Amino acid sequence: MTSGQPLLSSSFHASDPSSGFPTPPSNISSFSCLCHTASSASSNFEDALSHSIDIKDGDPVAIEDKVCSQTIAVESDSAVTTDQFQPVDSQLFQQFLLECPRQEVKRVLSWGTMEVHNNSTSFEISGTSLGQEKLNKSQRIHHKSMQFEDAFSSEENPRLIYINDPRRTNDKYEFTGNEIRTSKYTIITFLPKNLFIQFHRVAYLYFLAIAALNQLPPLAVFGRTVSLFPLLFVLVVTAIKDGYEDWRRHRSDRKENNREARVLQSGRFVMKKWKKIRAGEVVKICVDETIPCDMVLLGTSDPNGIAYIQTMNLDGESNLKTRYARQETTSTDFEGGTISGLIRCEQPNRNIYEFTANMEFNGHRVPLSQSNIILRGCQLKNTDWAVGVVVYAGQETKAMLNSTASPSKRSKLENYMNRETMWLSVFLFVMCAVVALGMGLWLERHKDQLDTLPYYRRIYFKNGLDNRKTYKYYGLVMEIFFSFLSSIIVFQIMIPISLYITMELVRLGQSYFMIEDAQMYDSSSDSRFQCRSLNINEDLGQIRYVFSDKTGTLTENKMEFRKASINGKNYASPSHTTDHPLQEITSAERTERQRWKLKSEINVDSELVALLTKDLAGVERNAAHEFFLTLAACNTVIPMVTQRLSSSCVDSGLHEVEAIDYQGESPDEQALVAAASAYGYTLIERTTGHIVVDVNGERLRLELLGLHEFDSVRKRMSVVIRFPNNAVKVLVKGADSSMFNILAEVAANADPRDAVSVNIRHATQNHLFEYSSQGLRTLVVAAKDLTDEELEEWQCRYEEASTSLTERSTKLRQTAALIECDLNLLGATAIEDKLQDGVPEAIESLRQAGIKVWVLTGDKQETAISIGLSCKLLTQNMQHIIINGTSEEECRNLLADAKAKYGIKPAKCRNKNLKRKKNVDSEYVEIPDDTRTSNVSEPANGLQGVRQVRGASNVSQQRHAGKAAGMTNTPLALIIDGNSLVYILEKDLEPELFDLATSCRVVLCCRVAPLQKAGMVDLIKSRTSDMTLAIGDGANDVSMIQMADVGVGICGQEGRQAVMASDFAMGQFRFLKRLLLVHGHWNYQRVGYLVLYNFYRNAVFVLMLFWYILCTAFSTTSALTDWSSVFYSVIYTSVPTIVVGILDKDLSHKTLLQHPKLYGAGHRQESYNMNLFWITMIDTLWQSLVLFYIPLFTYRNSQIDIWSMGSLWTISVVVLVNVHLAMDIQRWVLITHIATWGSIIITYACMVILDSIPAFPNYWTIYHLALSPTYWLTILLITIVALLPRFLFKVMQQTFWPSDIQIAREAEILRKLPNQLGLKPDQDSS
Amino acid sequence: MNLKATAASSTSDGTSDSSAPRRNSKKPKYSRFTQQELPACKPILTPGWVISTFAVVGIIFIPIGLASLFASQRVVEIVDRYDIDCIPETLRNDKLAFIQSRETNKTCTRSLTVPMDMKSPIYVYYELDNFYQNHRRYVKSRNDKQLQSKKNENETSSCDPEANASNGLPIVPCGLIAWSLFNDTYRFSLSSKVLEVNKKNIAWKSDQGHKFGDDVYPKNFQSGGLIGGAKLNASKPLSEQEDLIVWMRTAALPTFRKLWGKIEVDLEANEQITVVIQNNYNTYSFGGKKKLVLSTTSWIGGKNDFLGVAYLTVGGLCLFLAISFILLYFARPRPLGDPSFLSWNSDPAGHMN
Repeated sequence: MTSGQPLLSSSFHASDPSSGFPTPPSNISSFSCLCHTASSASSNFEDALSHSIDIKDGDPVAIEDKVCSQTIAVESDSAVTTDQFQPVDSQLFQQFLLECPRQEVKRVLSWGTMEVHNNSTSFEISGTSLGQEKLNKSQRIHHKSMQFEDAFSSEENPRLIYINDPRRTNDKYEFTGNEIRTSKYTIITFLPKNLFIQFHRVAYLYFLAIAALNQLPPLAVFGRTVSLFPLLFVLVVTAIKDGYEDWRRHRSDRKENNREARVLQSGRFVMKKWKKIRAGEVVKICVDETIPCDMVLLGTSDPNGIAYIQTMNLDGESNLKTRYARQETTSTDFEGGTISGLIRCEQPNRNIYEFTANMEFNGHRVPLSQSNIILRGCQLKNTDWAVGVVVYAGQETKAMLNSTASPSKRSKLENYMNRETMWLSVFLFVMCAVVALGMGLWLERHKDQLDTLPYYRRIYFKNGLDNRKTYKYYGLVMEIFFSFLSSIIVFQIMIPISLYITMELVRLGQSYFMIEDAQMYDSSSDSRFQCRSLNINEDLGQIRYVFSDKTGTLTENKMEFRKASINGKNYASPSHTTDHPLQEITSAERTERQRWKLKSEINVDSELVALLTKDLAGVERNAAHEFFLTLAACNTVIPMVTQRLSSSCVDSGLHEVEAIDYQGESPDEQALVAAASAYGYTLIERTTGHIVVDVNGERLRLELLGLHEFDSVRKRMSVVIRFPNNAVKVLVKGADSSMFNILAEVAANADPRDAVSVNIRHATQNHLFEYSSQGLRTLVVAAKDLTDEELEEWQCRYEEASTSLTERSTKLRQTAALIECDLNLLGATAIEDKLQDGVPEAIESLRQAGIKVWVLTGDKQETAISIGLSCKLLTQNMQHIIINGTSEEECRNLLADAKAKYGIKPAKCRNKNLKRKKNVDSEYVEIPDDTRTSNVSEPANGLQGVRQVRGASNVSQQRHAGKAAGMTNTPLALIIDGNSLVYILEKDLEPELFDLATSCRVVLCCRVAPLQKAGMVDLIKSRTSDMTLAIGDGANDVSMIQMADVGVGICGQEGRQAVMASDFAMGQFRFLKRLLLVHGHWNYQRVGYLVLYNFYRNAVFVLMLFWYILCTAFSTTSALTDWSSVFYSVIYTSVPTIVVGILDKDLSHKTLLQHPKLYGAGHRQESYNMNLFWITMIDTLWQSLVLFYIPLFTYRNSQIDIWSMGSLWTISVVVLVNVHLAMDIQRWVLITHIATWGSIIITYACMVILDSIPAFPNYWTIYHLALSPTYWLTILLITIVALLPRFLFKVMQQTFWPSDIQIAREAEILRKLPNQLGLKPDQDSS
Repeated sequence: MNLKATAASSTSDGTSDSSAPRRNSKKPKYSRFTQQELPACKPILTPGWVISTFAVVGIIFIPIGLASLFASQRVVEIVDRYDIDCIPETLRNDKLAFIQSRETNKTCTRSLTVPMDMKSPIYVYYELDNFYQNHRRYVKSRNDKQLQSKKNENETSSCDPEANASNGLPIVPCGLIAWSLFNDTYRFSLSSKVLEVNKKNIAWKSDQGHKFGDDVYPKNFQSGGLIGGAKLNASKPLSEQEDLIVWMRTAALPTFRKLWGKIEVDLEANEQITVVIQNNYNTYSFGGKKKLVLSTTSWIGGKNDFLGVAYLTVGGLCLFLAISFILLYFARPRPLGDPSFLSWNSDPAGHMN
């Protein structure tokens, strides 16, 4: 490894990519626009260093590292190794730049919904995942175009803000005021606008068209008011709902707009309502106040112009961020004095991680960047006051521009439903055509008689026969046409428009139950389950792929200091199982110092504590001392001291303690500082000039000479401090990959001191390897003394760099390189990112359910693998395929080799299978390899027919064949890194990756950028019809969450960005199991049945009308009264479907959780598929014939009148569809009873009421009918005969072809011993 | 079906993590409703339920079928089609001319034999065929407001083309339905003794009482260029025009009967009834048949075997199914809830046969 080192250190200055990357003077680390390319390149280097086992060029070679004198497996020969070492900072880094054309990046960008900001050439990605593994975990890494300054100056239309001159600012340009309006309507615009919005729905247009048709005199099938009823009903209901929501928005807007802030007016800050604030005004914010608009910071209470803000409301991150006022403006006296200046900034946009502007102030022109503005919605913290000038106000603020809803998704089932609705439209068209044609033929046949036909009477005879004036007759062609239109009106409910409204209500109810589920409540974060999208509940029952983030999703993202390697010796904190609270261990030794109470308690290694408290000054003691001093000092954590009373159990009395809460951008740093504090090195105070550390009770004031923040190129940070004894030290901590190269050089076999340090280094490296294989996150800590000369040179350069206006960060990086070299290794830290509760179990269940879990993480490979192992994603018997390519060709070869080795079928073959599967329309998808004993799960549901079983068995044979050729039954695990993905996610390699990845049981992607996560989701989504679910907690998961069919956000440590973009949000990963297996299953079953039932319910009614129309000389007469026709789908039958859609459940949650394989019903689309649709339609046809013909035959040759017949049909069809529903209900609760039988009763009640109004022709009908036994016998006969085939079919199916769900149901109900069911199914899941 | 009220599973797992109750906690409150654990009965199709369902349906249906078939068999019905026979043979080539001519004698005598004893009341119906009283144009061609009350006399909307007479005054009752009122008449005599036909109470009481006003008198009726059917006695209010009321309850199907009157004496088998028919109504223009029906009645209504046969068939089928399922469950029992039938447990090949 040392062979690479001189190369690196010598090339560092020369090849620093500064020339290529002028980055804005930002304190947030920034790097090039090709961030993932560049970072992946360097990450590859790390991979090599950290001893990964890779396949490179197909032949893994184990070589012995000369220096380390330790056998490590490196994937390539030494030549390749050196090649790999170079790219870190220099050659390949630039090479990638050239190799990776902009278009590719743009393509990558377009995956997500992240802004592609096409202002000239600048665009950005928010929150790449690279920072994750590093110190600045949640730091947003952003980057700007190379032509930052140029791009801006060439901006055609800058926004000009005259500081403290709002009149001039607003005179020229029409900037919005600070009043916000989230409400949609005002009282005047409500009606037209709401109607306009409502009629955007096709359903309502359909309603409207039908109602309009009915208003035409020749077509007036229904009464005019009656036909408007359904439309008015939904319009009014929706309008009331919208109106209420809008009223609430109005109220909150008003509250927001009337808040007050201090605004500079004629030299004084006076209170002013938020809505009155205008761009250009100077506003003063005090501590804990909310910022009213987007402002450029001019000055703060801090002499250095630092302001801390909390951006919780904006991006959800709870930590504090630092913002800076420009040095030029900080000294200005705002009150009393006059300030003026001009800010040129970009037009408002929604990108919260970028701001491009410059400011002319006192004759200077200074650039402004994102670190200089504070945004609306954020809160000022830890800073007494801050003054800023308003640049964007009201609707133009970034917060408002970002508040648009995420795009709505449509569920898969709904897509299928729309396909079937097309079929129903075809039926509708055919029926109307039959009626129209029949009408035409009938008119043609009777054309000679029409004039006098008693029931037609075409002409008036008023003034004798000579007057041939016709009555409502428009010629044969028109009559046919009108007949067609009027039959559309009669048959309108064939298209189940009400279904869309029903489904919305049902999903609302389902969401209510998901939210209320006590077992999806996370007590640690006090968060319930959240349904943010109401459209895709049923998709949860069909998920095939789960894409999971690692940090914060599988793990808690609560960093805990676990282990330390100090001076080559390993110290480990006792794990939680032997829980010793801090006080117990430490109280005996340092009761008197126990003043600092941390919010989190850390277990300490007693040996290490003993070492630290020893007074003798040995080498070990010194190393440990410096080690912890570095941890305490070398960071950007801000200690927040709060006084509070606390009762200590030791003193058994109340005394005042100062509690310290550490605020920082990186949870890792917080963990390290907390750890240092536990070992007695408590960081108490941090200002820009000094740091105060409490070392075992003594206050140590360290002068902070300079600080090089973490950036992702250096991957380390350093501080230069002067000790009270005037010694100057540089303390560095960073990633192991970046640290070992800059350690002091030691020649092997030199003097004994060197030998010791070599040993230490090897020991540390061993420890690091051990740590990372345990899934711990590692950092290396080093320090060195600075000589006066070095200090002087550095100070000089540092001053220059930190005040330079251009390329500041590059210059700073160069400066850092001056001192970050020849360091003494102090040790290494290991931080544990603890696995969340129940993650392995949840993953195991998901896998048994046939769901593939892919983990996409920004972590490095070893960490990812070890986490994979600990959460049982990876098992020891798995064959790992590791793809780490650094070029397209290499990736291609690696993929091809892996495919050849494991006998994976090429894409075409699989596609063929897929196509055939599609033809059978069952879309049977293979079950993952975990069912090793029987690879294919048979669709036992007889409904699906024999063909499908055949198709499935073909697939299984082919799979077996493929397996045989491919030699192995071993499950495969694919591990691929982001670097390779850059090359693979091109079009020509994507299919290869898809083949490989889908054949693997587990896919683990490490070091992936956010957009690559989305790319992986897209890889599956675009190639299969399988449902994908993405789950994540951070902003870097947003693109993935939005790309997937279902996005789930974890409300975790990293804020709410992911939650805001998600469809569902919850507190813990383990709830995913319950969400999918229980609620997903239920929702899918419910909605699937609901859709089929609604199709049936409407079609049976329409068909009944259709048969009757054939008996009325095709004249579109309806025997039913107008009101009954309208009420049928609105009142008579709607409630039970909704109740059943919300409440019915086939299996208890216990059974479902115990047998995850029951989830396969959703994969096999057992509840809703094309076959079921056609079977339902055939059943519908039968039932409608029964409905029509039984009364017809019963009342043949009788004196029954049309309204009695209509009444009989109405009640029959209502009874029939409700009994039909009752037959399928699986769980009867009181509400179900009320809804089902209540509907029938309500129908009778309605008919009694309607028949009691003398103005209607059907007056008194029901009373007459009810007296005759024939009436009741007819209804009974209809119900039984209509349902007999269905019942028989159901019985046969359940007897001979029971489905899994049915068997589980029987076991659950009859045996009441659900465990018996579990004896077998679990055996093959290891 | 197996009805078992399973007691909702207890709450132990749901409340375990609530050890630290917080103020303002968002934790969902436990209730059986929100946790979807309400006591419920969960029916499943066990063999017992299947068999007994079929058996019960069979057992209920067969007696009903027998009863209705028996009732229907007991109804005595005399049907006589007279539309052709009542035209003198010489004029049968041009029936339309015969029926439309004012000169022709439309009286016609028919002789009917009573097949069996008929208990009073014997209902007299006329049956029309191929007459689409359910045609949309026809059904709508009436005005219920006008029929109801004198003050609505001018309400003739939707009555066209029989809304107003040629002098422009409204026709009462307006519309095609009233206009086409059936106007054949029958006189019955039994061995030269006149059989009284009671023409009262043939319409629904509710119609007489509320739909047809007792202050509404026919006006301008059948005064147009084309006479559609019967004329009404202008001195009788509509509520007493029972033939009209019966007629205006439009039939559901193109073949229909309407009550004409009741004979309130018993008839004995093989008695000869002579019917003198005034064959006025023109069904010849659309080829409709006219029949005279004399029928007794039973609890099931008129003579119609359909209901009885249907009930017997369905009942028999269900009994047959019940027996078949008993045999089936003996021959090929499938233990309910047997995990070996689960798809992931059974041999894939096992399902092929």
